[in-house]
Amino acid sequence: MSFGARNVVNVDHLGVDDAEIVGLAGESGSGKSMTTLAVLGLANTVGATVAGSIKLDGRELVGLPEKVLIGLRGSRIAAIFQSPSMAFNPVFRVGDVALRALRRHGLTGSEATGRVEQAMRGVLLSPDLLRRYPSQLSGGQLQRVAIALAVALRAEVLLADEPTSALDVTVQAEVLELLRELRSRDGMSVLFISHDLAVIAELCDRVAVMQAGSIVEQGPADKIMSAPEHPYTADLLASVPAIERRA
Amino acid sequence: MAALLEIAGLEVQFGPVRAVDGVSLDVAPGPFGLGLVGESGSGKSTIGRAVLRLVPAAAGRIIFDSTDVAALRGRELRDYRRAVQIVFQDPDNTLDPRMRVGPAIAEALAAHRVVPRGEAAQRVRELLEEVGLDPDFASRYPHQLSGGQRQRVAIARALSVQPRMLVLDEPTSALDVRAQARILELIGRLRGERRLAYLLITHNLAVVSELCEQTAVLYLGRVAESGPTAELLAAPAHPYTRALRSAVPEIAASARAARIVLHGEPPDATNPPAGCVFHPRCPLAIDRCAVEVPSLREIAPGRLVACHRAEEVLAGIEMPEPPGAVESGTEPSGTVRPAPAPSPPAELAPPPQPSTSTSTSTQSAPQPRSKG
Repeated sequence: MSFGARNVVNVDHLGVDDAEIVGLAGESGSGKSMTTLAVLGLANTVGATVAGSIKLDGRELVGLPEKVLIGLRGSRIAAIFQSPSMAFNPVFRVGDVALRALRRHGLTGSEATGRVEQAMRGVLLSPDLLRRYPSQLSGGQLQRVAIALAVALRAEVLLADEPTSALDVTVQAEVLELLRELRSRDGMSVLFISHDLAVIAELCDRVAVMQAGSIVEQGPADKIMSAPEHPYTADLLASVPAIERRA
Repeated sequence: MAALLEIAGLEVQFGPVRAVDGVSLDVAPGPFGLGLVGESGSGKSTIGRAVLRLVPAAAGRIIFDSTDVAALRGRELRDYRRAVQIVFQDPDNTLDPRMRVGPAIAEALAAHRVVPRGEAAQRVRELLEEVGLDPDFASRYPHQLSGGQRQRVAIARALSVQPRMLVLDEPTSALDVRAQARILELIGRLRGERRLAYLLITHNLAVVSELCEQTAVLYLGRVAESGPTAELLAAPAHPYTRALRSAVPEIAASARAARIVLHGEPPDATNPPAGCVFHPRCPLAIDRCAVEVPSLREIAPGRLVACHRAEEVLAGIEMPEPPGAVESGTEPSGTVRPAPAPSPPAELAPPPQPSTSTSTSTQSAPQPRSKG
């Protein structure tokens, strides 16, 4: 990915398998979120150009016309972000936002309602909450509504960009549990982006560590966490505050 | 040793909401750290603000160095506000974007007449160096610094007036892990060098484990549990502490406590549940919990806990998975949900080992604390 002549993100290869959760770790400015935007085909919205190849189920996404991308976004690739309140228009009830998204992807009104209500129960929320405005929900609830929307659209790939960084630690635990369940129940593939390696260690099967736009190390989560090869990974690991096990 | 700061029976009211409901805490003279831990809405930040008299106390007393803070006026209040400084979560809200770093710090020096005007610039450079920044940063604007660097500037400014105590309100929550680790390291170093006492407010138990001798866990404006940090973390006596402890993500699989996921949101403070405020989310709740408010009692030397079943929790009773209730959100928090069946008695799991033991991980926890 580049901004003008300046190349900012340089990802050699990064893949997410079926029903796999892959963590993308790195600090602010390392290019994690830019990678998300590129996958969504939204890099142009921040003025970046993308070269190379991004494939969904074997199909090349780079260079697809916007019209086709719109069809894919949401229905096949969904994304949730750090601040769920940004994903919901504050003047509409969350249910209205959800229904509009589903109908845009071709569902009838009653189909859409049924799916959204079912998805809400799937994320342990009462469908009654759909009548609320975003400001009437807590951050954790709103993030779960955003996830429910991805579930309702039957997205196969979920890009989760720091989805728990703004949440309380107990609520974070709940959201992580939910993501695990979506993977095992629905076979959803997740690209989970975070600066917190402890969260990634808990959730992910594989990890890629990004520094200054490049992936410096990737592999099975257990291996990276216990025996990092790149000094930057080791540094990130050492930064995670741990509850002391020294007596 | 007499406490430097003593909070007794503090209550803070915002309209109908009792944000802090009868909290008593002590901060010993520095170097000493008291951790205040809890979720959003637990009242932890409000306590910090009440200490600084940024919000009025509805009841209770705050005693600093044997003086009642509520009675301070004029010059004394000014001196108190110099002695106790606060550092907020988001440095962007404390630094004027149009003011260079140097003048921002010098302003505090001038306000409290810490050094003669001619020496201010030199002092600013020393302070920047003390918090690990290049003294030339004095001529920069906040936006030219990273989040971690801006937080260092906020700390330098708090330190500039030679405070005796700091209130650190989520000082690292807005930062990246690496910046967070460096700020925690800085706090650990400064506490030794300056013999600082502080209230460290955080939602992350791992943060207090490194920097605080004592910790109080807050839930809906009350102390759920307090005691020496190491003991409280090794063997929590309150189910909420246990759940909070288990929610901290850990790198080493071996270090992960069996996850206790609390369902439901913290209750609404405008309409707190009857009985124990935690009972609607508590996996161990029994009928008694819905009607009788547990008093804060000493369960072991120095350890206070407000739970009817604290003995069992301390002994390591297994916590059943709470009913995965669908959140209606409309649930009036005052209603009594059918309590989950009390778990079979006498099934006491071995107490969690305060393991000094072989965590096979290679993780090298940062150890900013200069012990002693």
